[in-house]
Amino acid sequence: MPELSYREAVRDAMSQAMRRDDSVFIMGEDIAEMGGSMGVTQGMLAEFGPERVRNTPISEMAIVGAGMGAAIMGMRPIVEIMYEDFLTLGMEQLVNQAAKHRYMSGGQMKVPLTVRTQGGAGWSPGAQHAQQLEAWFVHVPGLKVVFASTPTDVRGLLWSAIYEDNPVVFFEHRTLYPLKENVPEELEPIPLGKARIHREGEDVTVVATGRLVHEALKAAAEAEAEGISVEVLDPRTLQPLDEEALVASVKKTNRCVVAHEAVTRMGFGAEIAALVQEQAFDWLDAPIERVGAKFTPLPFAPVMEQFVVPHADDVLAAIRRTAARA
Amino acid sequence: MAGVEVTRARALSAERLRGMYREMLLIRRFEEKVEEQFRAGELPGFLHVAIGQEAVAVGVAGAMGDADVFASTHRAHGHAIARGSTPNELMAELYGKVEGVSRGYGGSMHLYDAARGNLGANAVVGGGLPMITGAALAFKLRGEPRVAVAFFGDGATNTGTFHEALNLAQTWTVPAVFVCENNHYAESTPMAQHMPITDVAKRAVAFGMRSITVDGQDVEAVYRAARRALSHARKGDGPVFLLAETYRLVGHYVGDPQVYRPPGELQELRATKDPLDVLRRKLGLTEEEMEAVERDVVRIVEESVEFARNATDHRPEDALENVYA
Repeated sequence: MPELSYREAVRDAMSQAMRRDDSVFIMGEDIAEMGGSMGVTQGMLAEFGPERVRNTPISEMAIVGAGMGAAIMGMRPIVEIMYEDFLTLGMEQLVNQAAKHRYMSGGQMKVPLTVRTQGGAGWSPGAQHAQQLEAWFVHVPGLKVVFASTPTDVRGLLWSAIYEDNPVVFFEHRTLYPLKENVPEELEPIPLGKARIHREGEDVTVVATGRLVHEALKAAAEAEAEGISVEVLDPRTLQPLDEEALVASVKKTNRCVVAHEAVTRMGFGAEIAALVQEQAFDWLDAPIERVGAKFTPLPFAPVMEQFVVPHADDVLAAIRRTAARA
Repeated sequence: MAGVEVTRARALSAERLRGMYREMLLIRRFEEKVEEQFRAGELPGFLHVAIGQEAVAVGVAGAMGDADVFASTHRAHGHAIARGSTPNELMAELYGKVEGVSRGYGGSMHLYDAARGNLGANAVVGGGLPMITGAALAFKLRGEPRVAVAFFGDGATNTGTFHEALNLAQTWTVPAVFVCENNHYAESTPMAQHMPITDVAKRAVAFGMRSITVDGQDVEAVYRAARRALSHARKGDGPVFLLAETYRLVGHYVGDPQVYRPPGELQELRATKDPLDVLRRKLGLTEEEMEAVERDVVRIVEESVEFARNATDHRPEDALENVYA
């Protein structure tokens, strides 16, 4: 079992697809010689050449839109948007165009486009380089949305995104890039729409995404010491969502905490909470707890940044609150 | 008109030009019928006709190859007919029927026809341009001798997508032709109020892009200019900005009172700039010849209305299909 970092796992999925399939190519800002702002595409220019590893202008509307046009014409482009904050610049092309061409054409077109991007707090990049905007995209019919939290998952899910015939917005979390793990020898595709249970438990289900999966696992270990058995579930794909796994877990534990780094209010967790109460209301023994960022832009000063985004302690506090309800 | 290049290509045969006249008249009568049906309350949605701009659609479409693709605008009926979508399927789309070019999911502003290279009319001004750069990139990467064509108006040249798409297309020298149908109004706003220049082709200069300006009311001139533009792109010499100076002889939308036009402008344009009159004079068509073409296209248009009315209605729940592949 080879050990790969999350960063290397992303690169490996793209490289393997590009080795076997001429229709796959990557484009984005500073991804060629520089290897991307996060070093994800390092070495790919040397292996695949400038036709398939394309540096672009700083031009998100054109990058997303051109990726979509190439996809409609039969390619499987992987577009890198340097920071997910910059997805807002390509929003028109993603939301009005890529998400809707299949629908508006009555099923004549398909758009096998993957848009990779990354974000997340932790390095004090400030308010325009660290947002978590996944909730914006799960609201748009026609898009699929992935947020992977481990090297194995990111490799298998990215492969499936590349071979998906619909546009996929693929979120990576910046602080996870150095995270290492033994991964399967052969890349194993992970189907979109399948959750992963990281840890089984009996008393509380924590539904967590991205960095918060790891925070939830830390919190679960501490809760265990206090006699609370915690199940940690990562949906991995936010759209389509594995409702079945989610509801089954809550029906087993009867308590639910949702945890993400994005702003809590109107966040992805609100949808999870709505869904759980619709499908498992009679099984719930306590109100659903939400853990997320405070309702503020991300501040620069590290002490303020750490205050705004959630950590293991916040997840643990939520677990304790829900467990304390009779 | 400043900047119009003299074209030296061989003149088109009278037969070919008569065919173009027929196509332009078909588009005209189709759109007049669309206006009529809309006013009669038969058609839902927003409708924008391109009456007066038919020569651009027919000239460019006639120069395109079978494997070429295009993206259109909210004013798309002419482009679709000129590239071979049938009036029956187009009218059925405007009626929201299953047999429509977009199966009733698109409407007038979202006409598609994948089999005929129509990648979609677009209701966002400038929205289709990056897609054309990307489609052209796919052709270049695979070494296919195909060209991707974008239609858009003067108003679109103020959008970010226009500048980003043309910059990327020229930087990567992809086989694309950007056809600006300059009808001198962005909806109701005249050019002088929406851009600080009068020659839109200057915008291509900023990208180092080859540009050709043509009288958009002269279908033969448009055809020749488009041939040159397409050939340039197809050879791998890079994209071309094709500026067609044209005139919309009606309002922005069906029902537009056009309060923004100076007095007398519309009457003068109709008297001097109608592309059908230009071609009729050039061909010296007789009354009998014109009558024959007229009868032919009116019959096709009337049949399209019958076809559309009798076509299949959707079930409401069909709305849930086609969200994902």
